[in-house]
Amino acid sequence: MLDVKNIRKTFNAGTVNEKAALRGVSLRLEDGDFVTVIGGNGAGKSTLLNAIAGTWLVDEGSISIGGTDVTRLPEHKRAQYIGRVFQDPMMGTAATMQIEENLALAARRGRARTLRRGITREEREKYRELLKILDLGLEDRLTTKVGLLSGGQRQALTLLMATLKRPQLLLLDEHTAALDPKTAAKVLDATERIVNKDKLTTLMITHNMKDAIVHGNRLIMMYEGRIVVDVSGEEKKKLTVEQLLSLFSKASGSDEADDKLLLG
Amino acid sequence: MNALLSFLNSMPNAFSQGLAWGIMAIGVYITYKILDIADLTVDGSLTTGGAVCAVLITMGWSPWLALGMAILAGMLAGLITGLLHTACGIPAILAGILTQLALYSLNLRIMAINDVLTLGEAASKTKPTLALNPDRNPLLVSSRYVRDLALNNPLILLTVFAVVVIALLYWFFGTELGSSLRATGANGSMARAQGINTNMTKVLGLVVSNGLVAFSGALLAQYSGSSTIDMGRGAIVIGLAAVIIGEVLLGKVFTNFALRLLSAVIGAIIYYVVITLVLRLGLESTDLKLLTALVVAVFLAIPNWKNRYFSKKGVKAHA
Repeated sequence: MLDVKNIRKTFNAGTVNEKAALRGVSLRLEDGDFVTVIGGNGAGKSTLLNAIAGTWLVDEGSISIGGTDVTRLPEHKRAQYIGRVFQDPMMGTAATMQIEENLALAARRGRARTLRRGITREEREKYRELLKILDLGLEDRLTTKVGLLSGGQRQALTLLMATLKRPQLLLLDEHTAALDPKTAAKVLDATERIVNKDKLTTLMITHNMKDAIVHGNRLIMMYEGRIVVDVSGEEKKKLTVEQLLSLFSKASGSDEADDKLLLG
Repeated sequence: MNALLSFLNSMPNAFSQGLAWGIMAIGVYITYKILDIADLTVDGSLTTGGAVCAVLITMGWSPWLALGMAILAGMLAGLITGLLHTACGIPAILAGILTQLALYSLNLRIMAINDVLTLGEAASKTKPTLALNPDRNPLLVSSRYVRDLALNNPLILLTVFAVVVIALLYWFFGTELGSSLRATGANGSMARAQGINTNMTKVLGLVVSNGLVAFSGALLAQYSGSSTIDMGRGAIVIGLAAVIIGEVLLGKVFTNFALRLLSAVIGAIIYYVVITLVLRLGLESTDLKLLTALVVAVFLAIPNWKNRYFSKKGVKAHA
């Protein structure tokens, strides 16, 4: 489904702020894989997701989604394959537009925008039903401006938008990090439900090791722009936080890594 | 008493100018409020609209056709700014200034086209003003008939134009394409994640906006009976003034999109009524730019001051 081959990205090359964010990352996801990504601050997790989404182009390597080479495609063209939820609840939705308008925009992801109506009556009914499933009381507030919603409601809405039109690849960038624990659990629950129902190929960054172990069928850990741990199948099911920490220490060759990873 | 009478007497004129500038204000609304871009092209494209329309009318074109060509010329100006901004990566504000500056030279040439064609080598290749006369030229709107109770009163057609523009834009911004334009201004990264080519939508917005601004310029040239090289100077500030006045006075009541566009037109009318009043009070017409700049600066500052000094402590907009 996703095939990332030896990608590299250096920011601010040739300046004092030079930062090699990705140093040769290769990753292959099969159809229906749900992969969790962990790693400390600056390990390159978000950079990897942004590289796949096309926020900018990589310096080296190639990326293909569902057999299509997207390495040189701009962000908006890759959007037809990808659904995304960002860490910042403000980033995934248009605050000054209504809930139904946001959903209607998402329903047309990857399609040419024509002079047909931006939202139809049948769509409204469909959105009402879908919002009911989220169980956040949004189904009666279709015309509310998204800016009036709480962070958790916005993240849940963004999740619904990202999956409204089935994406070939779902990218979740610490999408519960900015939420309070209760809301975070609720949004994570909804994520699990949607991913399982539609059998979505998913890449989810999290800073919570427990979440990384509980969710998904495969776990990768990044360190200094590389993937240093890759666990899947039965081995992942039996994984504990302690084992994960020792795996990380071994891979990074550092004793203080524990703190770094936990804090990141 | 006399002063009051003469003030009332000049109201039809203030309303006409307000309506014509109102169409320009709608153009500014599209870039400033919807796309979140301060587009300075408009100072040039307003004059371009006036120049193209005036020169074509003096060449014997139908005023409707001349109006259409003026709109196209404005759209082209918007396209240039859009491409400078998106394809060349120049900041929007600077891209607008570059186009505006280039248009100054072009507008002088445009107004001389008829002379060059008829007089050949002997003619001056540039021209700073071009007069239109309702006796000799067929004009759609003219200030001469602004107090007449007749169908050629410019207030009628100007009102029709404003209503048609609002209706068309109301329809457009409800379409898939129009929605993608609004999304671009509201949250660019969200728009791109939904597969919207935000460069394309920005260019489209600038094209539509400058088309409207040139439309307004063409109407103003006909209405006032001349197109001049500096008729667009400070147009962006007048447009902003209209948008802001409309928003401050009617923003709470007018929440529907069509009504918001209407409030920009009403803002422009109020602006011209106030201008007429202060002129009656003895200010020179050349003082108006100073006054306009002050009004816009104050109204732009008020919301910031409100946030800074009068907001409840600890309460943030997105808590």
